[in-house]
Amino acid sequence: MTRTALLLAILGVVAVVFPWIAGPYALSVATLILYFAYTGQAWNVMMGFAGQLSLGHALYVGIGAYAAGGLYYHLGIGPWLGLPLAIAAAALVGAIIGWLAFRFGVAGVYFALLTIAFAEFTRIGFDHMAWTGGPGGMFLPVAERDHIDLVHFRGPPALYYYAMLALTAGALALCARLLDSRAGYYWRAIRENEDAAQALGVHVFRWKLLAMAISAGMTAIAGVFYAFYNNSLFPEQIFHTGRSIEIILGSVIGGVGTLFGPILGAAVLTLLSEAVTAALAALGWEVPGAKQVVYGVVLLGVVVFLPGGIWPPLARRLGIRR
Amino acid sequence: MPFEFVVGGVVAGILTGLVYGLMALGLSVIFGVVRIVNFAHGELMTVAMYAAALLFARFELDPFLAVLPVAAAFFVLGYALQAGLINRFITRPEHSQFMLLVAIGLIVVNALLMAFGPDARGVQVDYQLESFELGDIVVDKARLYAAGLAVLTALALIGLFRFTRTGKAIRACADNHFAARVVGLNVKRLYAITFGLGAVCVAVAGCSLTLLFDVTPSVGPQYTLLAFVIVIVGGLGSMLGALVGGVLIGVSEALAGLYISPSAKSMLSFGLLIVVLIVRPQGLFGRRR
Repeated sequence: MTRTALLLAILGVVAVVFPWIAGPYALSVATLILYFAYTGQAWNVMMGFAGQLSLGHALYVGIGAYAAGGLYYHLGIGPWLGLPLAIAAAALVGAIIGWLAFRFGVAGVYFALLTIAFAEFTRIGFDHMAWTGGPGGMFLPVAERDHIDLVHFRGPPALYYYAMLALTAGALALCARLLDSRAGYYWRAIRENEDAAQALGVHVFRWKLLAMAISAGMTAIAGVFYAFYNNSLFPEQIFHTGRSIEIILGSVIGGVGTLFGPILGAAVLTLLSEAVTAALAALGWEVPGAKQVVYGVVLLGVVVFLPGGIWPPLARRLGIRR
Repeated sequence: MPFEFVVGGVVAGILTGLVYGLMALGLSVIFGVVRIVNFAHGELMTVAMYAAALLFARFELDPFLAVLPVAAAFFVLGYALQAGLINRFITRPEHSQFMLLVAIGLIVVNALLMAFGPDARGVQVDYQLESFELGDIVVDKARLYAAGLAVLTALALIGLFRFTRTGKAIRACADNHFAARVVGLNVKRLYAITFGLGAVCVAVAGCSLTLLFDVTPSVGPQYTLLAFVIVIVGGLGSMLGALVGGVLIGVSEALAGLYISPSAKSMLSFGLLIVVLIVRPQGLFGRRR
């Protein structure tokens, strides 16, 4: 356990001092890494802990972004009221989808496809609603970036970096607590063998629903961040199935069901993506699609040769439990 | 709206839906036997569409003739994909299988983008603009031929599964994987053949669709989602269900395009998918799991 504490301390110190040593480009990449580490962690609650495969997590990002973004855009109310609204809305939607699916015994592949269907349905729906601006998008008013306005969550890039860092650290702590709680043990029992868990008296339906609501609520916070960081929202982008896949990638590459896997996976994938861009630019080989092909091949390699993700073998080498 | 116009739209929807159904049939056969959802299904079909478009551009080969070489190539491709890569993922968790096929899809889409650029490609043949007239109802020739080919291919596949030794062996694998191994069937080889046959459906559907729609690298994921909707509505693993599901989706898209708005047509499909998954998760023609 001390090794884990040491690792956390080193990571924490590096992360806190990072904005002082990094330039604007490195800071934006680091913010992106934290964003995917956080969303991957949120997704991991559902899949890694409770064993429910969601392929539509972009839905909750979108709900969070549009709840807080819409409130700011239409009524001028900052994210502090939008945040609880976003969490509540996404948790409710997650719980409703879970209720519908689990009540009627929709499981496995069928459940995964249902989550895609809901995300796609919402995407096209938002595209045809007037208050979202439809395909034309919703643009949040952008203020001066050099002074910090915490009420409206406006400020220099470092503000967003620290916000994302706090969220990632909070998610890590929350997930560690959850894993050691009653819910965590029940979830893992459900993940490993749902029938056996049920036979032991675990209220499977209720605990799966809880996992979905927590995961959706956590993901919505990332959506609020997305809205105020990017300042522009398009249903076509935010609800796209590709966004859901991006959220999943980090966790799968890092290690599903582990605490550090989503963070490591997000770092590896984001840095890989940037490195491939830089390498192709250096080679003067900037054909559209080239980057994604390299990315896809690496992904294929990791999935084929490291089925449990990168973190478990690394953790063994470092002498860390998980 | 004039009545003939609506009937014409429905007929076109049925015919296009049959081609969609053949594409979905490939997905359904693969899932029914191998128990893997091919998340790169639509991406593979865009490869077939590009093959048909290129064969036409280079050799003026009619897409209905290009079907033969493309289907043969796709059988080999599907066989190799299953034998070389997917077979080792059969016992892995679903999210792992998902990532594998997503990675394959990503590579396919972007390799097409690298090779042919983002521009739309299609074919131009004389009979594309011709049509049959049954009273006041107009039916496109190309669409009718495409639907006919889709039905023939589906019948051939159903016959193959019903009457040949290999087909029976594949059905045995689907019914009981373990027992199939006990009686000495080479399950992995049969899986590879199945994926090859699924890829043939994709190839035939793709070649036919080039006559109806242009192709760009980015349409792959949309066709994948379309195939999911069709097979879930019809019943994942059911062959008849895939064709009926295709027709249902084809007609509902046609009607939504006429009455609501063309851009909202897939919302209706996804709504249908959600309702079916919740009310009857095994699909219209699926067996209870």
